[in-house]
Amino acid sequence: MNTPLRRVAIAVMVMVVALLANATYVQVIKADNLRADPRNSRVLLDEYSRQRGQISAAGQVLAASVPTDDRYKYLRTYPPNPAAPSSPLANAPVTGFYSMQYGSTGLERSEDPVLNGSDNRLFGRRFFDLVSGRDPRGGNVVTTINPVMQQVAYDQLTAKGYTGSVVAIEPSTGRILTMVSTPSYDPNSLASHDGTETTQAWEALNADPEKPLINRAVSQTYPPGSTFKVVVTAAALAAGTTPDTQLTAAPQITLPGTSTTLENYNGSTCGGAPTASLREAFARSCNTAFVELGVKTGADAVGDQASALGIGGQMPGVPFPVADSTIGSIPDDAALGQSSIGQRDVALTPLQNAMIAATVANGGVRMQPQLVSELQSPDLSNLATTNPVSEGQAMSSQVAATLTDLMIGSENNTSGEGKIPGVQIASKTGTAEHGTDPRNTPPHAWYIGFAPAQNPTVAIAVIVEDGGDRALAATGGSVAAPIGRAVIAAGLQGG
Amino acid sequence: MSVASASPGAQFPSPPGGFAPAPVQSTRRGTELILIGFAILITTISLVLVEASQEQSITWDLAKYAATYSALFLIAHLAVRRFAPYADPLILPIVALLNGLGLVLIHRLDLADAQSAAYFGLPVPSPDANQQVLWTTLAIAGFVAVLVLLKDYRLLARYSYTLGLAGLVFLAIPAILPSSFSEVNGAKIWIRLPGFSIQPGEFAKILLIIFFASVLVAKRDLFTTAGKHVFGIDLPRARDLGPILVAWMVSVGVLVLEKDLGTSLLLFSTVLVMLYIATERVGWLLIGVGLLGIGFFFAYQLFGHVRVRVSTWLDPLGDYNNTGYQISQSLFGLATGGVAGTGLGSGRPAQVPFAKTDFIVATIGEELGLIGLAAVLMLFLILVIRGLRTALAVRDSFGKLLAAGLSFTIAVQVFVVVGGVTKLIPLTGLTTPFMSYGGSSLLANYLLLAILIKISDAAREPAVPKKKGPAPIADAPTEMVPRS
Repeated sequence: MNTPLRRVAIAVMVMVVALLANATYVQVIKADNLRADPRNSRVLLDEYSRQRGQISAAGQVLAASVPTDDRYKYLRTYPPNPAAPSSPLANAPVTGFYSMQYGSTGLERSEDPVLNGSDNRLFGRRFFDLVSGRDPRGGNVVTTINPVMQQVAYDQLTAKGYTGSVVAIEPSTGRILTMVSTPSYDPNSLASHDGTETTQAWEALNADPEKPLINRAVSQTYPPGSTFKVVVTAAALAAGTTPDTQLTAAPQITLPGTSTTLENYNGSTCGGAPTASLREAFARSCNTAFVELGVKTGADAVGDQASALGIGGQMPGVPFPVADSTIGSIPDDAALGQSSIGQRDVALTPLQNAMIAATVANGGVRMQPQLVSELQSPDLSNLATTNPVSEGQAMSSQVAATLTDLMIGSENNTSGEGKIPGVQIASKTGTAEHGTDPRNTPPHAWYIGFAPAQNPTVAIAVIVEDGGDRALAATGGSVAAPIGRAVIAAGLQGG
Repeated sequence: MSVASASPGAQFPSPPGGFAPAPVQSTRRGTELILIGFAILITTISLVLVEASQEQSITWDLAKYAATYSALFLIAHLAVRRFAPYADPLILPIVALLNGLGLVLIHRLDLADAQSAAYFGLPVPSPDANQQVLWTTLAIAGFVAVLVLLKDYRLLARYSYTLGLAGLVFLAIPAILPSSFSEVNGAKIWIRLPGFSIQPGEFAKILLIIFFASVLVAKRDLFTTAGKHVFGIDLPRARDLGPILVAWMVSVGVLVLEKDLGTSLLLFSTVLVMLYIATERVGWLLIGVGLLGIGFFFAYQLFGHVRVRVSTWLDPLGDYNNTGYQISQSLFGLATGGVAGTGLGSGRPAQVPFAKTDFIVATIGEELGLIGLAAVLMLFLILVIRGLRTALAVRDSFGKLLAAGLSFTIAVQVFVVVGGVTKLIPLTGLTTPFMSYGGSSLLANYLLLAILIKISDAAREPAVPKKKGPAPIADAPTEMVPRS
């Protein structure tokens, strides 16, 4: 029996050698892949023990990691601006949150490699940190946000409990100056090291029917209503229409090829004459005239103009996902008529609508929207600066100039509060019907525009969902315009 | 001038004072004590490291665990010194070190649990290390009891059929019991009563090994009678296949009724190896492997849970959120540990579900690295080799087979557990002997150890000069029996 015993002993040794070989394979050869696997929560947990970089805007810190005495060493905090205690909520659509349990969103997510220090551009510094025995630190992200405008926009929306969004862009560069979404949330509540607190906050936020975690500026699309007339007008002007071209002034119009009628706001006639000029129709936002104009211009021209303005395309400058804007399918003239006044399947994000205003303001040149201005190493030296990127001429400068002129007319015809003395704004309002019973559903109130009209530094889009506090009586002019003007005023003062 | 080397012969006259007495056969108990002291030292230092890196302070837990642990193994050592004085001096210290490391890791995972409980605002769970110390105490008590009560391991052979039947009954109880009394996390291997639950399979394993050792010794000659000689291999006769077929059916039964792949594999391979050792014929191994293949093929075809195990094994990250989660976390932990490990108390082993029981090896790999894992595997290897050496040295066939079976079952268990955790083979739910948290496993393995130590004692015991018995009958003077 001794020979087989010796063989069994050898077999046992072989078994152990096999285990060792396999362990070596897992722990040495495949280790790098496994460590880098995004599902390996150890990596994330290690990050909490490291100093994450800051997110800032014009010198104001939007997100920073502060040392704590618990075992996670650093707590991610979204400090309030002393002058505006609500600022973490105002900035949440930009920063996103950074949670141990629920991952991250916004810039926290999209700029994670820089913030956590793993970006290759930080390699040299990481190496020195390693050699000097210092805990590796993350780099900083400087945003393009104007904190004053951001706060004003948030305060304006929340003052009356509006659900909506404001996006402001610097037309000449595409820099996003404001990105606000309401209702918002406090990212501090999700970043806490107290699991009960974050779980409660997370559950409350997800149970909230208002969906505060959604960044409405980029993740939600809305029918643009009359603000879409800017696009249709641009297409029409390019096709040879002039501001003096006469269009129907009838209070209602039958859509071509159907018996469906479409009417002006309040069923009123467009001005006092049987026909109205494009200038007057634009200023008064007459639906019937734009149905005629759209059908006359043609679906191809309108569609081309829309895609030249970026509708339906990618948004490479915004680091996080942006919902696709679309004009929908336009199978016939009836559909074209409805689409021409921004109804039917036309759907834009507030960011996209702000870009349309910014493109007109920039003489027709569409600039890529940008949210990150600069990346810095932990010692604040520059890693990368974002340069303005042109996406090409979306409309000729003459068309842009004429549109500006028409939008000035619209602004002057728009009531509502908040006009800024001495500043000429060019704008377009929109009151977008939506829902299954549009007549009895409070409309979305839109306002897009830019100022100063002749030398624009701020372009803006405002949306207030479901009529804000005016319900069925809401219009873009009464609900959204005052917010837009206040944010523009804040931007112009700062500039 | 060694006196001992000089044989008393005619060359030398007797030295004044006579010859030195013959050297006493060394029991090596001193070596054992020193090695146990070493195990205690490593365990205590490890506890200090864990506390230092986790709590940033040294708590009373440390003194409590270290003192109880030291006391227990000193008692075990004294019991061996008294009741198995010639036993192999390495076996107990190795087990002491494995057990100590297991305790350290369980304490370390307790701290992680307490932390996450605090994080989620839940009440802090009672530390499992306390329970483990309690169970170790019970296990050492069982160990000492076997050393004291089992005067001669050969007695076990006398009760082999009783023990074998008891083993089968033990194995079968969980299968018969309703799931509410026998199932924990999908494995139907428990007897659960209020306030008390055991895994009878752990004990059944030992009983069945005793049974097979005895049966094989008794029927050895039957199996070695010539069968057919095919392709240079001696195949046994069909009618001799009985025992292995029984073992196979029992294993398959365990697999089918209790969904316990690990125990099934453990039982069958141990019996197979014992059969091979008893008969010295490779034919048995081939038949066994064939049967194993058939069993596995049908299990794979028939049972969803076997297919799940296999597909999880082939691509654990593919089904990460579901069945692959545990093994993926284990692999992440092992990879994070790398060669040198994160250091005791500095990794995140609590990320792996069941880290204290089935996956304690993943904790070793993460915090002590490949080096630590290799060291633990080497300890197991030495333990098993020492057991096999005992089998080589012991004089009787029953002792040989028993020692070989008991040692090999430890080897298989380690292979199946570590192989499963490191994705060498499909995952099966087995505990790591002496390290994993759990009472049944500890107690059963210490009983196994006690038997092994008894055999080792017998193997190394010097041949005692036979006591002068009554004179042989031929030499006895004739005795007159008076008629009454």
